[in-house]
Amino acid sequence: MDVIQEIAASLRNGDDERVALLTQRAIDDGLPAEEILNKGLMSGMQVVGELFRDHEIFLPEVLLAARAMNNGVDLLKPLLAGKEIPTVGKVVIGTAKGDLHDIGKNLVGIMLKGAGFEVVDLGNDVTAERFVDTAVESGAKVIGISALLTTTMSSMRDVVDLLQDRGLAGEIHTIVGGAPVSKEFADEIGADAYGYDAASAVEQIKALAGV
Amino acid sequence: MPKRRTVLSAQGIPDGAAIPERVAALVDAGFEIYSSHVDAVGTRAEISFEEFGLIFHGEGRNASRTPLEGIFPDARRLALFAVTIGEAVCGEIRRLFGNGDPALGFTLDTIASAGAEKLADAMARDYQECISQSDPALSGVRVLPHSPGYCGWHVSGQGKLFEALRPERIGISLNASFLMQPLKSVSGVLVAADKEVHDFDIDFDFCTDCTDQGCRERIQSVLFDSRGGG
Repeated sequence: MDVIQEIAASLRNGDDERVALLTQRAIDDGLPAEEILNKGLMSGMQVVGELFRDHEIFLPEVLLAARAMNNGVDLLKPLLAGKEIPTVGKVVIGTAKGDLHDIGKNLVGIMLKGAGFEVVDLGNDVTAERFVDTAVESGAKVIGISALLTTTMSSMRDVVDLLQDRGLAGEIHTIVGGAPVSKEFADEIGADAYGYDAASAVEQIKALAGV
Repeated sequence: MPKRRTVLSAQGIPDGAAIPERVAALVDAGFEIYSSHVDAVGTRAEISFEEFGLIFHGEGRNASRTPLEGIFPDARRLALFAVTIGEAVCGEIRRLFGNGDPALGFTLDTIASAGAEKLADAMARDYQECISQSDPALSGVRVLPHSPGYCGWHVSGQGKLFEALRPERIGISLNASFLMQPLKSVSGVLVAADKEVHDFDIDFDFCTDCTDQGCRERIQSVLFDSRGGG
């Protein structure tokens, strides 16, 4: 097994110390940073996402892999500075206006990054205008909105309606998720997709982004 | 401290599943941080049925039918309450996510959520003990908490609840969206009633969208509780 494959394998095991060690070794061996990132870290994270989707590993194991990936990326950052890092797409995410519960949204963001997306995370309590304006400015094709409370779910409709009003529906897609949100609710408000959990949200966003 | 099993379950790990060594270590680390940062406090104040009726109807945004409006008029006593595990744990969760450690951040978050729920349950148990000691005729009553934001009680009800209870005194505040800070806080009303009063059918409009239905477990725990009289 070469060092790149070892990085991917260690990442799948959530071994953050070993991922850092191997990433440094790959750098010292003169391997290109892009190759270490794409074939080692991203490739390992891709497998982790698939294992989670197939219920073969638990969510904390995905997050351990994400921590390991962060360790590796931190070492690569100085080498990648100023270089265009290819991504599979850009997604704006945030928690619905009025809602402060951001753990679910954070998990989706972590898994999207692992799947190769560039993520613009607006945090929590985000207005419809901010979601749409940011998507337009950043060129994102998908907006992901999370809510934990039934009372803040209604803010999701505002985002969908604003995209309609500005003639952006169909160009910028929406996906909604969170504990009280259902597929029926997503259909009712006219969202393009519903994420049952973080893994399904990533799969849905891939489909919306044509990946 | 919340139970380890509750925390694992909240992380999507079913009962009986083999726990990977790294995940077990993560949970240990989470509990260690929780125990060193938790600062549990709570407040409680009894309230008349009439006053609670005004609080419950809040800004007039409740669901058209709710279980609580059918329960509280038949209760023996009511008390408003608020509890929190404190800001320090919430700050640690944010710090861990911000520092690129989502694994430990998420683990601590699940421990903190379970901790806040356990604290609310402890407050309910304490109220039950207090009223049954103060009046032997109430030894058979059971106490269950109900909170704004759940089961048709609109979260805007927090406004009037906070005006009456003033939990700012113990460090819990409300934002413009009626959400509490620290985030891991629980507020609501403690309903002290005879066992059967707590029961209700899950045929409300919002029940179809509810993925949790934790109400069933809570009601069962009361109906089959054989402590005391009643």
